[in-house]
Amino acid sequence: MNRPFVLVVDDEPQIRRLLAITLEAAGYQVMAAVTGQEGLVLAAQHRPELVILDLGLPDLSGQEVLRRLREWTQTPVVVLSVQDDEAGKVAALDAGADDYVTKPFNTDELLARLRTALRHAARGKTEAPVFIAGDLVVDLASRRVTRKGQPVKLTATEYALLRLFIQHAGKVLTHHHILESVWGPGHTGQTHYLRVYVARLREKLEPDSTRPRLLQTEAGIGYRLVV
Amino acid sequence: MTERDRPNPDALLAAIQSEAARAQRGRLKVFLGMCAGVGKTYAMLAAARRELAAGRDVVVGYLETHGRKETDALAVGLPQIPRRTGEYRGVALAEFDLDATLARRPQLVLVDEFAHTNTPESRHPKRWQDVMELLDAGLDVFTTLNIQHIESRAEAVRQITGATIHETVPDTALAGAEFELVDLPPDELRARLAGGKVYLPERAATAQDAFFRAGNLAALRELALRFAADRAGQDVLIYRHTHGIATPWKSGQRLLVAVSPSPSSASLVRWTRRLAGELHAPWVAVYVERPGALSAEDQARLARHLALAQELGAEIVTTTDDDVVRGLLRAAREQNASQIIVGKPAGWRGFDWFRSGAMLSRLIRESGQIDVHIVRAEGEQISPRPARPLAGEAFNPRSYLAALGVVLAVTLFNALLEHWFGGHLLANQSLALIYLLSVVVLALFVGRGATLVAATATALLWDYFFTEPRGSFRITNAGDAMMFATYFIVAVAMGQLTARIRSQQNAERQREHRATALYLLTRELAESADLAQLLAVVIRQVGETFHAAVALSLPETPAANLPAPYFASTWPLNEKEQTVAVWAFQHRQPAGRGTDTLSSAEGLHLPLVAGERAAGVLSLKFANPAPLAPPQRDLLEAFVRQIALVLDRQRLRDAEVGAQLVAESERLGKTLLNSVSHELRTPLAAINTAASGLHNAGPLNPAQQALTNELEEATGRLNRLVQNLLNLSRLEAGHLKPNPDWHDLRDVIAAARQSLGPVLTNHPVTLDLPPELPPVKLDAVLTEQILVNLLGNAARHTPPGTPVAVRARLAAGRLEPEVADNGPGLAAGLVARCFDKFQRGPAAAAGGTGLGLSLVKGFAEAQGGSVSAANRPGGGACFTVRLPSAKMPPVPEETE
Repeated sequence: MNRPFVLVVDDEPQIRRLLAITLEAAGYQVMAAVTGQEGLVLAAQHRPELVILDLGLPDLSGQEVLRRLREWTQTPVVVLSVQDDEAGKVAALDAGADDYVTKPFNTDELLARLRTALRHAARGKTEAPVFIAGDLVVDLASRRVTRKGQPVKLTATEYALLRLFIQHAGKVLTHHHILESVWGPGHTGQTHYLRVYVARLREKLEPDSTRPRLLQTEAGIGYRLVV
Repeated sequence: MTERDRPNPDALLAAIQSEAARAQRGRLKVFLGMCAGVGKTYAMLAAARRELAAGRDVVVGYLETHGRKETDALAVGLPQIPRRTGEYRGVALAEFDLDATLARRPQLVLVDEFAHTNTPESRHPKRWQDVMELLDAGLDVFTTLNIQHIESRAEAVRQITGATIHETVPDTALAGAEFELVDLPPDELRARLAGGKVYLPERAATAQDAFFRAGNLAALRELALRFAADRAGQDVLIYRHTHGIATPWKSGQRLLVAVSPSPSSASLVRWTRRLAGELHAPWVAVYVERPGALSAEDQARLARHLALAQELGAEIVTTTDDDVVRGLLRAAREQNASQIIVGKPAGWRGFDWFRSGAMLSRLIRESGQIDVHIVRAEGEQISPRPARPLAGEAFNPRSYLAALGVVLAVTLFNALLEHWFGGHLLANQSLALIYLLSVVVLALFVGRGATLVAATATALLWDYFFTEPRGSFRITNAGDAMMFATYFIVAVAMGQLTARIRSQQNAERQREHRATALYLLTRELAESADLAQLLAVVIRQVGETFHAAVALSLPETPAANLPAPYFASTWPLNEKEQTVAVWAFQHRQPAGRGTDTLSSAEGLHLPLVAGERAAGVLSLKFANPAPLAPPQRDLLEAFVRQIALVLDRQRLRDAEVGAQLVAESERLGKTLLNSVSHELRTPLAAINTAASGLHNAGPLNPAQQALTNELEEATGRLNRLVQNLLNLSRLEAGHLKPNPDWHDLRDVIAAARQSLGPVLTNHPVTLDLPPELPPVKLDAVLTEQILVNLLGNAARHTPPGTPVAVRARLAAGRLEPEVADNGPGLAAGLVARCFDKFQRGPAAAAGGTGLGLSLVKGFAEAQGGSVSAANRPGGGACFTVRLPSAKMPPVPEETE
C-alpha cells in the first residue's frame, strides 16, 4: 500500500521534527508547514490525505485555517492543542475537524487517531452492516444488539445514540454534535441527557461500567467509541 | 392638569430631597407651649413612656422638672445620661452631656428646653445646635419649646408682652420637625400659677403678674395655635407636592429685603420672613455696600443681621454701589424679585428725614414692576451716632497737623502776594480762590475731618486777614460777606467730594485686590504640577491674602476618617486645635473662632468640602483678632471652594492612575502565565512524544524498555507538576473561573485515574458510589485535578499495596466525594494545617512540593465548596470534599 501523505502545520520546530520522525517510522509521508498561510498553500498544491493542524499558530488561528480548508476540501484534519484548551478543541471539532490530540501526546494514541480518521475518510458514507467489538455484536440492518449471544434491549434513543457512535467509531464526537444528531438542534445545551443515556448504555453494554472500555468520555469535549 | 395646576418642579424636587434627607436623619418632635407652666415636660415624658413601652430604646438626655412631683414621677424608669458637670464663674453647673449621648446611641433622646443657652466652654453655644448634632447622627429627639423662643415669632411676642426675648431658636432648626401643641386655657394656667405649680426662675414677682395677664395669655395662645396650624398646613403642602396633587401654585413671588447696619434691620428681616412664610415664597436679603469703611460696631451689627437672615432661610446677596437705591434695584432685577421690603425711618431727625424721604420716593419711582413694602420696624435703642462726616474714620492727628501746616503756609503765601501786588490790583476774592485751591489739593491727601478743619480755618483766616476791616472777624462789605458764606460752603463741599472720591478709590482698590487674589490663587492652582507644590501654593497664598498663619490637614488615605496635619503648614496645631479641626472635618461644617461651634478655639477651621466628602481642613489663625468683614468672608469662602475642588481633582487623578496600574499589572500577569505555560509545555510534549515514540520505533531490549518506561514516568510527573504550578498561579491571580456542567462522577474519577497512570499501580483503587448516582453539576477539570491530587497523595504517603477508596455521597444539595486510605494517617497537628501551602508530611517520600492539598482546597472553594481532612478511626487518613450540587432537570422519558 502506498504511503499516505500527511501535512503537518505547526510553528514549533521540535514538534514538527518529532511528528516527522514518528510518522515516517509509521509509514507516512510527511510535509511540514510553519505558518497557517503556508499550510493552506501547501494543502492546495499537494492535496494531502490528512492534515495535522496546530491550534496555536502565530498568523492565523487554527480555527481560521480549518474554516478555509473546509471551504474546498473534506480532507480529514486532526488538531493539536494544549491541555487546558477544551473550548478551542470543541470549537475546532464542531467546525469540521475530525479528531484532536493533546500535547504532550502519546504516540500510540496519535497513530490510532490518524488511522481512524483515514479509515473514515476512505469509507465515506457507506457502512458495514455489522459492528463487532469484543463480545458485542450490533446488526445495523435488523437493528439488533446482542452481547455474549444474549439480546440486549435498548430504547429508541439509546439505539440511536449507539448507532451514531458506531457510525463514527474511533472518532471523537462533541456533546453538541451528539445532542444535535440524536435529540435535535434545540437540545444542544442539555448535557445531562448525554450523561444519563451514556450511563445507561454503559450499564447495558460494558462489562464494568465503572471502567468503560467501549464508550469513553473525553473530558470537556465529548465521547469516543473505542475500537 | 392645566399649566397652572402643575406642581412647581423646584418645590417638588425640594420636597423629595427633604424627604430623603429626613429618612437618614433622626426625627425631631417638639412639644410646643404658649408659655412656661402649660405642661410640656409632662407631655414629653408621657409620650416617651409610651415609646419605651413599645420597645424603643429611650434615654433622658436632659430633663428640667423644677422639682414638681408629678413630673418626677413620670421620669422614674427612664434611663438617664448623667449631666456633664462644669463650673462657670464660680458657680457649679450641670449641663447636657452631648458626647456621652452620642456614644450611647439610643434610638430616642429626651432633651428639655430647646432654646437654652449653653455655658461658654460647651461645644455649641446653644442647646438647639446640640440637638442638631444628635439628629445628624441619626438619633430621634423629643424636646420642649415655648412659642416666644421661635425666631420668626419673637417680634410678635415682644409686642404682646413687652419683654425682649433673648434666647431664640431659628426657624431653620425646626424644619422638618413634628409639633405637638400642649395647650392649656389661660384661666386654668392662672389657677395653676396661683397654686404654685408653675416655676419661673428668672422673673421678679411683679414681672410675673404682668406676663401672666389674661390678655397676654390669650394672645400668646392664639400665636401658638396659629403656628401649629401653619405647620400643619405646610406639611399638607409638602404631601400634596410629592403626591402630585394639584395645588394652587403661588408662583413667581420672590421677596427682597434691604439689610443695613441700622438696628431696625433685624425686625425688618423677621417681618420679611413672616411674609415669605405666608406667601410660600423664597426671599433674599441684600446688603448694598457703599464706599467707605464701616465702624467696627456697624460691621458687627451688619454681620449679625446677615446671619439672622441666613438662619431664617434667606439667600444672602451682597452688591456694591455708592447709590443705595440703584444698587437695591439692580439686585432686585437680577434676583427676579417681585417685592422689595425697606424700612420706614423710625425717627425724623432733621437731615435724615430729608435724605430718607428722597430715597424712598426715588425707590418707588424707579421700581417699575416691582412692589415696594415700606415697613415700620423698630430697633433697639442705641446711643446717638456721632456726626456723620467723622463717622467711619480713624482719628489721625498727623493729618490734622498737616492740614494746619498747609493752611498756615498758604496764608503766608497770600500775605506775600498781597504785599507784592498791593491791595488794589489783587482783590481779596482771588486770594479766597487760592485758599480754595489749597483746600481741594489738601483733600487729596488727608481725611475728611482734616479737610473740614482746613476749610473752616481758611475761611476764618481769610476773613480775619484779608477782608476789611483787617484783623477782625467782622465783615463790613456785603460782597465780602456773601463771598465768605459761598466760600465756606464751596470749600466744605469740595473737600468732602474730593475725600469721597479718594475713599471710593480706596474701596475700588481693595475690591480689585480681592479679585486679583482669587484670580492668582486659581491660576497658581491650575498651574501646579504635583500635590506638594499645590499645597505649598495654597498655604502661602491664603496666609498672604488673609494675614494669617495657616495649617492644612489632610486624611492619610482617601478613605480615612481623620485628617493629619500637613507638614508644610505655617501654624503648628496643638491638640485642642486639632480636635476642633477633626470635628470640622467629620461634620463638614466650619468650627472655631467666629462660628457656632467651639468658638473659644484660637483659629478658624474650615472643612474643604467637594461633593459628598471633606477632602481636608484649612485652619487659619488671624493676626488681627477682629471678626472678618463680609467681603473678606466671601473671599475666604471662594478660596475654600477652589481649594476643595483642586484637592478632589487630585484625588480622582490618583485613583485613575492607580486603577490603570492595577489593570496593567493584571494584563502583564496574564500574559506571563500564558507564555510560561506554553514554553514549559512544548519541550515536555517533545520529550513525552519521543519517549513514547521509542516504543514504536522498533523492538527494544529489556534495558531499553526499562529506560523508556522511566522516561515516560518522569515526564508524566513533570507534566503534573507543571500543571499544578500553573493552576496555583491562576488560582492566586484570581483567573480561575469554574465552568460547571453536568458530568457523570464516574467519568471524572476515571479520568483522574488515567491521568495518574503508573502512580496507582501499587495501590488498588476501590469505588464506593451510590448505584443510581445521577449526573452532578461541577467543573470537570477542577474536580479531576482535586481527585488527581488526593489520589496521588494517598499513593505517595502510604506503603505500597495499600488500597485507596473513593466514595461519594449525594445529600442535601451537596456532593461529597471522599478519598480514604488505610495508611499511617495524618500526623497529629497536621490535620488542620495540611491545606496550607508548602506543607509536607514529616514522613513524606522525597519529591512533592507540598502544594497539592492547597490546590485541592483552592479548587474546591472556587466551585463554592470546601474540603476537610480527618484521621479515620481504624487508621488512615480521609479527605472529604463538599461541593454544592444542583438538582438535575428532568430527562424526558420514553416508552418502549
